[in-house]
Amino acid sequence: MSARFTPAQYAICLSGIVWREGLRFLHQRERFVSALVRPLVWLFIFAAGFRQVLGLSIIPPYETYVLYEVYITPGLMVMIQLFNGMQSSLSMVYDREMGNMRALLVSPFPRWYLLWCRLLAGTAVSLAQVYVFLAIAYFWEIEPPPLGYLAVLPALILSGLMLGALGMLISSAIRQLENFAGVMNFVIFPMFFASSALYPLWRVREGSVALYYVCQLNPFTHAVELVRFALYEKVDWISLAVVAACTVAFMIAAAAAYDPARGLLARRGEG
Amino acid sequence: MNNVPALAVEGVSHAYGARTALDSVGFTLAPARFTALLGLNGAGKSTLFSLITRLYPLRAGRIRIFGHDVAREPSAALRRLGVVFQARTLDLDLSVAQNLAYHAALHGIGSRAASRLAADALAQIGLAERVHDKVRALSGGQMRRVEIARALMHAPPLLILDEPTVGLDIKARAEILAHVRMLVRERGVAVVWATHLVDEIADDDALIVLHRGRILADGPVAQVVAQANAANVRDAFTRLTRDAQDDAA
Repeated sequence: MSARFTPAQYAICLSGIVWREGLRFLHQRERFVSALVRPLVWLFIFAAGFRQVLGLSIIPPYETYVLYEVYITPGLMVMIQLFNGMQSSLSMVYDREMGNMRALLVSPFPRWYLLWCRLLAGTAVSLAQVYVFLAIAYFWEIEPPPLGYLAVLPALILSGLMLGALGMLISSAIRQLENFAGVMNFVIFPMFFASSALYPLWRVREGSVALYYVCQLNPFTHAVELVRFALYEKVDWISLAVVAACTVAFMIAAAAAYDPARGLLARRGEG
Repeated sequence: MNNVPALAVEGVSHAYGARTALDSVGFTLAPARFTALLGLNGAGKSTLFSLITRLYPLRAGRIRIFGHDVAREPSAALRRLGVVFQARTLDLDLSVAQNLAYHAALHGIGSRAASRLAADALAQIGLAERVHDKVRALSGGQMRRVEIARALMHAPPLLILDEPTVGLDIKARAEILAHVRMLVRERGVAVVWATHLVDEIADDDALIVLHRGRILADGPVAQVVAQANAANVRDAFTRLTRDAQDDAA
């Protein structure tokens, strides 16, 4: 029994966790369908209805007037990741209740690494969902430049990690599954609506300056803008910095929350 | 390696708020021995397991697995440990093979080696033909056997089981107990078997009696029974816990 794991063994551990998360996702067909139906309803129905109501000026990264459907697509992409991140953390709470979390945490790999693998696995699942959504949206005349599909990948990985880490952090603070519905309402809806996903922020500012600043402080806004710019082969540096900083902060906080030395799990007081 | 205890617990205490779950618990386990950890529900067995597996932080005391401190060298300690928790920890929607492969990956074992180990492990527990079945399709006893096989995939010299026969019928209980005893005898695995059922304890086992977070007796079964002036394990357990109650009162 050698003292340390080799890099190859670290890779085996990562691929094992990603593989399991992928299998679980494939087994839960309803989850896959609802992950797609949700943004498609927004795209097909909400956006069609709103198209005439909301006038958009030409704002970066767009170089011409765009349809409302085109505008909200990046927001919907990140919404998929937001739901996935929360669902992934929901499954961590479920795993903890069902004991699967114990099986993960008694692995001899460092705990931060196990959580990081879990985070990456959740992000990989969200990427699959987003690209299937984009493929369907293509037939709805959402046609970003071909290279945009590639350019958006790193942005999606980063936003997926940020939202997954946020979900993980939230999951560490939740006692039971029943408490989760409330958190979904308090996290998902405010994050989504107080952002640039559905309307440009200059429009929000016209309505309420205070809300505008709330939207600016919302990391979800920056994830949406990062993805929006990347989809059109551009970089929004401020959003990149905010999303990167939030990702690191949420990951550190989540790792600390699951660290046995700090013992959030132990405070739950099992017998 | 033979002189190093399989498990050494020294002065371990743990509390949930004001409620003390473990109070200065200490014992040493020899390698390749079956040790029964006997205690009623709420005695502190599961808390002790959570501390040994590092799910909870160790606030007072020290735990070493084959000489490796769980707090200071968690990786080395956990690599020598196989665990079967009281709650089922298999993924019901995945197949038996997929569950075992996942566990192997968590120990850095690649898929080729994992499928070989899984085939061997399942053959040993008589479930070779169920390898591709979903876990959901197995009986409670079969799931437990798969969990034991899984816990041993990385060949740990110490296996700890927290009330592994809870909820099983008499036949399944006897089969699992016999299988674990065989592991001790033939593979030299050290076993900690937490239970509240005295009929699961054999005369040649080592016995630790845990009651309300304290150790009341620790030694070979015959010695514990003799020291308690009892006729058998059941009697000894009743006397020891009654005395402890009297002392507390």
